[in-house]
Amino acid sequence: MSEQLKVPTMAEFMAEGKQPEILFWVGSAGSYDDRAKKISKAFVKVLHKANVDFAVLGSEESNTGDVAKRAGNEFLFQMQAVMNIEVLNGYEIKRIVTCDPHSFNCIKNEYPGLGGHYDVIHHTQYIQELIDNGRLTVEGKTYKGKRITFHDPCYLGRANSVYDAPREVLKNTNATLTEMKRHKSTALCCGAGGAQMFKEPEKGDMDINVLRTQDALETRPDIIATGCPYCNTMMTDGIKAKEKENEVSVMDIAELIASS
Amino acid sequence: MEYLPNILFAIILILGIGYFAKNIKKLIRNIKLGHEVDASDHKSQRWANMARIALGQSKMVKRPVAGLLHIIVYVGFIIINIEVLEIIIDGLLGTHRIGQEFLPASVYGFLIGSFEILAVLVLVAVIAFWLRRNVIKLRRFMANEMEGWPKSDGNIILYFEVVLMCLFLIMNATDTSFQLAGSGNVVSQFMVPWFNGFSPDTLHLIERTAWWLHIVGILVFLNYLYFSKHLHILLAFPNTYYGRVEPKGKFNNLDAVTAEVKLMMDPDADPFAAPAEGKEDEVPAKFGASDVMDLNQIQLLNAYTCTECGRCTSECPANLTGKKLSPRKIMMDTRDRLEEVGKNIDANNGEFKEDGKQLLGDYITHEELWACTTCNACVEACPVSINPLSIIMDMRRYLVMEQSAAPMELNNMMTNIENNGAPWPYNQMDRLNWKDE
Repeated sequence: MSEQLKVPTMAEFMAEGKQPEILFWVGSAGSYDDRAKKISKAFVKVLHKANVDFAVLGSEESNTGDVAKRAGNEFLFQMQAVMNIEVLNGYEIKRIVTCDPHSFNCIKNEYPGLGGHYDVIHHTQYIQELIDNGRLTVEGKTYKGKRITFHDPCYLGRANSVYDAPREVLKNTNATLTEMKRHKSTALCCGAGGAQMFKEPEKGDMDINVLRTQDALETRPDIIATGCPYCNTMMTDGIKAKEKENEVSVMDIAELIASS
Repeated sequence: MEYLPNILFAIILILGIGYFAKNIKKLIRNIKLGHEVDASDHKSQRWANMARIALGQSKMVKRPVAGLLHIIVYVGFIIINIEVLEIIIDGLLGTHRIGQEFLPASVYGFLIGSFEILAVLVLVAVIAFWLRRNVIKLRRFMANEMEGWPKSDGNIILYFEVVLMCLFLIMNATDTSFQLAGSGNVVSQFMVPWFNGFSPDTLHLIERTAWWLHIVGILVFLNYLYFSKHLHILLAFPNTYYGRVEPKGKFNNLDAVTAEVKLMMDPDADPFAAPAEGKEDEVPAKFGASDVMDLNQIQLLNAYTCTECGRCTSECPANLTGKKLSPRKIMMDTRDRLEEVGKNIDANNGEFKEDGKQLLGDYITHEELWACTTCNACVEACPVSINPLSIIMDMRRYLVMEQSAAPMELNNMMTNIENNGAPWPYNQMDRLNWKDE
């Protein structure tokens, strides 16, 4: 797979003396994790389709510090935050979009106290905006009639009360949308948050992602839709644990929109 | 001698209210052991939250069965207590049913009639609550942290309510003049036949006994609150006022850390500079919390407000999958330790004497703290705006920043972020490679 995508950097924009409409904050998962990189690429395709003038920071982007903060390392978080804010303010960034609800929450809620004030939105909100403004049209053929259930990421849903945008966007796929018994404000975590992604779980009788996958499988889905790279990994692992990987796929909303 | 009952009543009333006031003062002193926290923002939203969540019970009804039963007991409790006003006036002045004299018969009848109906509804709800705890044994009431005193506490409260409601109805049923007036005895009239054949003197004795036991029972219950999880009937109001008004995902940034980070990033800072005049003796801030004194006052108020309903624990992904973490236990442990510290202060003339114990380790284990996914399900579930997550986070901060006691995998992750700006050991310069892969 070596299709080349045009992903301009802020440095390039700066050199031309231009400002993009929006900065795409790729995040660490979106930059390095093999599964999440596909989500980044799908989202870039959506941005191109809608003719969005966007840029990334590239090698000037660093980890938001979110995961360090949740692990209890406030020092490391603030160091990361202050460095990122310096870069973002240097480029006079006004608006940021990201596919990672953890970056979204962190930059939106925790950077302002350290001097970083931006309009931060999640990619599902941005896709909805593009559709509403008529900049993006979704054919809605590929997934017509498929059953899709959406898993709410904690840091998008409960943490920031964004429940509707992902669901509104999904309607454009013409799929049949089903809800798990625990959804929106009562959605069960996938098990990755609070730095759990990077450690073994404590002793218990099952893994959280398996329990959440059970919730999803009860809706008999063809596709589990996610809006977070970490949820994606956890649900994919859950599907494998349940040996359902041939029947059910886990896809990010950006991927579903890019391919429908 | 004819004023003896009045005097006795006044003494009981003063003792009852006085002891309660003393304990409330202690409670406030204990809460003030925590850090001050600025909650002077969002005033109108805070009042609205209190009206909606505490007064309006909006979160209770998220679980319709428990919510409805709770509303019955809540409304019943508040409204029936209007009757206490009459009892107090009667007790002090030596009158009998002063309301009957001063209110139009229809109004008095309507009031007492509604109290009687509510009393029966409360009885039904309380029995249902008892069955849920003791016969149906709902999972959330059966957790480890509920064994022993917390379980008895829950039942004692229910028995109190049963006894108080029964006394109220018996008092009305045996009150001959009230029954003769025939207005408002909507329920008690059906109890009158139970007392057929009793002499008027015996009836009067039963009525007086029920009356006295009712008011004494209420005062005992009032004083029981401080020792019980039932404090929520009072503290739910301030607690929902001080509950969070910002997005749940927003965790506070530690100011003490900001100061240090700023210094570190400042190219003009002199690393060898002597501390400013008068600052030599300042104790450096402690990062995070290892004991209750390191928490803030809202967190300590949270602990006293918790009524151990366990909705948080029943939604916690870690607890649902068999991990040791239970957000309810975090709140119960915090209160238990705070009480222990309070007693220590009482026993040592107002000074806390080091007791070799702390909240971290002696009450809450590392294992519980590290099992949290910070998903906010507990915060969302709490019907009175308690935030167990903020306590977990403050204790993690202590573990990591004061003790470097993070699990090894997390230390690796953090080292990676420090070295190459990502939680994995990848080169910072490769951040954009994905576009060409």
